[in-house]
Amino acid sequence: MSTPANNGPKSAFNTFNLVAGAILLVGLVLTVLRFTQGIGPVTNLDDNNPWGIWIGFDLLCGVALAAGGYTTSAACYIFGLKRFHSAVRPAILTAFLGYALVVFALQYDLGRPWRLPYPIFVSQGTTSLLFEVGLCVMLYLTVLFVEFTPAMFEWLGWKKIRKVVMKLTLVLTIFGVVLSTLHQSSLGALYTIAPSKLHPLWYSPYMPLYFFVSSIAAGMSMVIFEGSMSHKKLHRMMDEEYLKHHDGVVFGFGKAAALVLFGYFFIKVMGVAYDNNWHYLTSGYGLLFLTEILGFVALPCFLYGVGVRDRNLGLIKKASIITVLGIVFNRFNVSMVAFNYHLPASERYFPSMIEIGISVFIVTLGVVIFRFITTRMPIFFEHPDYKGDH
Amino acid sequence: MLRRTFLGMLGATCVGASLPAGAEAAGKEFKGYPGSKGVLFDATRCIGCRKCEAACNKVNKLPAPEKSFDDLAVLDTKRRTDAKTHTVVNKYGTPEHPVFRKSQCNHCLEPACASACFVKAFKKLPNGAVVYDESVCVGCRYCMVACPFEIPTYEYDEPLTPRVMKCDMCAPRQAKGQLPGCVAECPKEALVFGTRDELIKIARERIRRNPDRYVDHLYGEDEMGGTSWLYLSGVPFNEIGMREDLGTKSAPELTAGALAAVPMVAGLWPVLLGGIYAVSKRNSKVADEERKEAVENAIAKASAEAEKTLSEALEKADVANKRQIEVEVKKAVEEALKPAEEEEAENSEKEES
Ligand code: SF4
Ligand code: SF4
Repeated sequence: MSTPANNGPKSAFNTFNLVAGAILLVGLVLTVLRFTQGIGPVTNLDDNNPWGIWIGFDLLCGVALAAGGYTTSAACYIFGLKRFHSAVRPAILTAFLGYALVVFALQYDLGRPWRLPYPIFVSQGTTSLLFEVGLCVMLYLTVLFVEFTPAMFEWLGWKKIRKVVMKLTLVLTIFGVVLSTLHQSSLGALYTIAPSKLHPLWYSPYMPLYFFVSSIAAGMSMVIFEGSMSHKKLHRMMDEEYLKHHDGVVFGFGKAAALVLFGYFFIKVMGVAYDNNWHYLTSGYGLLFLTEILGFVALPCFLYGVGVRDRNLGLIKKASIITVLGIVFNRFNVSMVAFNYHLPASERYFPSMIEIGISVFIVTLGVVIFRFITTRMPIFFEHPDYKGDH
Repeated sequence: MLRRTFLGMLGATCVGASLPAGAEAAGKEFKGYPGSKGVLFDATRCIGCRKCEAACNKVNKLPAPEKSFDDLAVLDTKRRTDAKTHTVVNKYGTPEHPVFRKSQCNHCLEPACASACFVKAFKKLPNGAVVYDESVCVGCRYCMVACPFEIPTYEYDEPLTPRVMKCDMCAPRQAKGQLPGCVAECPKEALVFGTRDELIKIARERIRRNPDRYVDHLYGEDEMGGTSWLYLSGVPFNEIGMREDLGTKSAPELTAGALAAVPMVAGLWPVLLGGIYAVSKRNSKVADEERKEAVENAIAKASAEAEKTLSEALEKADVANKRQIEVEVKKAVEEALKPAEEEEAENSEKEES
């Protein structure tokens, strides 16, 4: 296999570029609309529903799905599972882009986005869980950036500084895990302040734990899912080292995800038992809840287990897709569907087309940047100058 | 108690997160500033005239409403506070027996909005009012998510300088010794202004004197840790749109657990992870060493064997050599002895002849 650098798509006018280009163009128009007209005219948000899809999807799902960064680097560097090594760079890159886009997306939702540094530099509201989220996300974004730089330095050929950064790997990884633990769980804790607004099946004092544990499953599933996506689309960028370990990573994470999902299922059921909420299970919300934990937790847990036992890659990949969808489903339920459940239907929220459009725009932006970087920098392959040097 | 003391306590709630006991104390023992003011609303006296709404609009210089405040038909649809309206009166009950209820910020003793805001834009003042400072607000609207009474509202149509809007219990008027606008205008004394402690006494007295007129509950005394606004009603509170399932825990109590976990995670996680790292590193080191040892053993074994074969070969060679020498010696001796023997034979032959 030749060095895979710089043999990107042949023509700039392939389908992907055309579709992505169109979405980005529309996104720009919507952006102008948002920042000239204000939040009101472009969203369906109102006084009863201050948080919509920009928080429910862009923030909550974005952060959960970017959890592959800390799970993979922890597996590799802290737990010493060296076979995950080839998966670290793609995972770190995804996490970094994910978080960067979360912060970017937040600009749309905030009333005065340019004041985003205020909670840290101007007036610290330390009693707020949102403060903790903000602080951790800021620090973690920095950590992820530093963790990502070796790939960039290799691309640029800056050997010395690369070496310095490589020395920090373990410290950065531990720091990253601590920060992730804190803000992943704090996102769940955000909702502990509103017991009267979130349906009892989802409200629990254990919400921080739920969010944290499910983020691990989400992170691993994203690594599997994304790995197989990239496998299809970016195969030419992968070296033998990456390809050799790919299946091992999938099986390893498949097994771990099965265990984590099992634990998650268990604590979710305990939560219902603890608050004695069984009677809600027969209501409409109960059906939703059961769908969530049977269809999107128990099922993928089972599929992962069988997939690992039978060494069935296809099944594991299916399980990863279900898990990813399940996390999105769960975050949507917490932030939008089961939130404000006490309000009459007429006062409930449903996102406007523009809100959805901007979310699509941001996801597309992420994919485009991911492609740009992976077709240039040593992400899926080891840079020839640094082979085996880790 | 001074404002500073309260902020100190708020601080203690978070710093004290490292000492859960401290958080607990701040959460449980704070029962409002002594002598802080409040308002008692009596739903059995309110006639739904909307004079309070008009007064609020005037003293806060809010934009004129679409329909004038004299238009009582407005009461037929349920309304909530919004960016242009800090208080609304809604109509409940049956057409024959309507019950009116005014709503506005309840000025919680431990406000959810204040504990949720990540830039401290909300403050509970010693006089009881919860006030908002737009100069630091980022517009995240978490305060709106947090408020159990659905009070803070937002200027969604403002592209550059949106503010959170809510009743401030006329803090500026109070500072000048004036009554809150709505209280001053109420023609039926459905609103009473005073220190919270006094109001609780008045309310209890009313219930005691007219047990048939009132339900035996003073709303706001304990709800969400207590509020500066208090409510009396002749019908169950959930019939006039007030939630009775809010519980008595204040917002800081609800989030204390999560906040208390922060220093634990920050303190314990690195140690645990470091430990795991050490173990896994040791494992791989041990594995490495074992591998090395095995290789050494193999080499040692191999060389020992080689030596053995060598020495055996040498030994064998030795034996062969020896034999050869012996043979040679024998041969030499035999050869040396031959002439002598021949001589002897010759001699004996001579002797015999
Ligand atoms: S009623 Fe809502 S806005 Fe008013 S002080 Fe309480 S939490 Fe804050
Ligand atoms: S919207 Fe403003 S006042 Fe409300 S929590 Fe956010 S920063 Fe604080």
